[in-house]
Amino acid sequence: MEYFLELSSSGLVRGSIYALIALGYTMVYGIIQLINFAHGEIYMIGAFVALIVSGVLTIYGFSGVSILILAGLIAVIYAAAYGYTLEKIAYRPLRNAPRLSPLISAIGMSLFLQNYVLLAQTPDFLPFPALIPDFDFMEPIAHIMGSAELVILVTSAVSMVALTVLIKYTRIGKAMRATQQDMTMARLVGVNVDNVISTTFIIGSVLAAIGGVLVGSYIGQINFYIGFMAGVKAFTAAVLGGIGNIPGAVLGAMVLGLTEAYAAGYISSAYEDVFAFGVLVLILILRPSGLLGKAVTQKV
Amino acid sequence: MLELRNVDTYYGNIQALKGISIDVNEGEIVTLIGANGAGKSTTLMTICGVTPPRSGEIYFKGTPIHKMPTDKIVAMGLVQVPEGRRIFPNMSVLENLEMGTFLRRDKSEIQKDIDYAFDLFPILAQRRSQMGGTLSGGEQQMLAISRALMARPQVLLLDEPSLGLAPLIIKQIFEIIKKINQEQKTTVFLVEQNANQALKLADRGYVMENGRITLTDTAENLLDNEQVREAYLGL
Repeated sequence: MEYFLELSSSGLVRGSIYALIALGYTMVYGIIQLINFAHGEIYMIGAFVALIVSGVLTIYGFSGVSILILAGLIAVIYAAAYGYTLEKIAYRPLRNAPRLSPLISAIGMSLFLQNYVLLAQTPDFLPFPALIPDFDFMEPIAHIMGSAELVILVTSAVSMVALTVLIKYTRIGKAMRATQQDMTMARLVGVNVDNVISTTFIIGSVLAAIGGVLVGSYIGQINFYIGFMAGVKAFTAAVLGGIGNIPGAVLGAMVLGLTEAYAAGYISSAYEDVFAFGVLVLILILRPSGLLGKAVTQKV
Repeated sequence: MLELRNVDTYYGNIQALKGISIDVNEGEIVTLIGANGAGKSTTLMTICGVTPPRSGEIYFKGTPIHKMPTDKIVAMGLVQVPEGRRIFPNMSVLENLEMGTFLRRDKSEIQKDIDYAFDLFPILAQRRSQMGGTLSGGEQQMLAISRALMARPQVLLLDEPSLGLAPLIIKQIFEIIKKINQEQKTTVFLVEQNANQALKLADRGYVMENGRITLTDTAENLLDNEQVREAYLGL
């Protein structure tokens, strides 16, 4: 039983990280039907910025939590700038092009950003400091869930609640929903669609960077390639939940994270990817629109 | 109030509007009639900046708007009820109405306008929390018109409000358009295939064929015009 709980906790942690990244995929897809393949790279850049900032801050004598918060903040700002710029230079000029063109552009940006970090930094793994402190109150259940895991779960949950509130109640959130449902009509009620698209990229990048910082601190090392696999997994999670559907992305990510954790724990860690993608194949056969991606009844 | 001068609009290499000129004066109801594919909807989308003209000018109250982005044009008071209604399917009736107020800053006045819309179309009040996508065609048309009114338009651009609706509902919708024109002093530019109904409602009319304006006159004269009667009224 304890082993099961331990695996569950590790599965939920993976799931939260996938969810943070998957939200960016699904939101962008929902609005402009583009799979932003460079999204995983934003997550990787977030982790790198946090690493660099935490190195600098350590030299100046900052300690644990304050570094985590400052480095996280700066990583988020950088990632937002990258996300915004990415859309502006790689996708906006292709807004009216056939759908394949921005997709190819996305793959190009992904390769470019990977190699840019590879050249500017290093091809090797870099150690990432453990920025998340150990809480005393977690001591009794530390063998099931550690402090770092708790922080990841709580941070992800708070981010997702904030996103939900933003989309449901704010002006920009309403504009995003309107744009997602009918872009032309959104323009006709006065929504500046270009701003909405930029904002969507910024929000997605912020969430991905939060994930990148948390993962770096949790796993303890990063390199230029971490965005690729995380991106593929998060994309899988988004498709699993029903691409374009926000609660679906979170659900898909949790299912994927737990599947991986159980497969790794009960069978072999060599098989975790097999099970993760196996679930995807099953869902796509049985429910091609994803877990929550149901077609809306609509009268014409 | 609204002037189009030699407007050309293209979709890629295909020219949809060929040098059209239209005038709509304040307080009027002007209709644009024509067959399928004549370019009527394109005319409205061009006015709203969704498919901007390649050449020619469009003026609204003397201001050139042919190079403005859509949201700026809407902010000036040119509001369209597009063909096919385009209700936001996963928003409630109330949320759809609220989207119509997107550019408004006078939050306190909005409730009054929502009440006015519910007064015009009582069925919408009953359905206020129902999702837009689940409404019937007639209800969606009523919601689309109400949503446009929420923006307090100076010119209301209507694209085939009668399309696919039962005759009784069409009658009701046309009566409301008249009412909006009279009560709110809203200028109306109405695009229709249903030429008979549209000309009975309008003050003046334009006839469009293959992207060109071929005829313009008072609505009364157009109703009596031999060509129009044959081609569009089936008489």
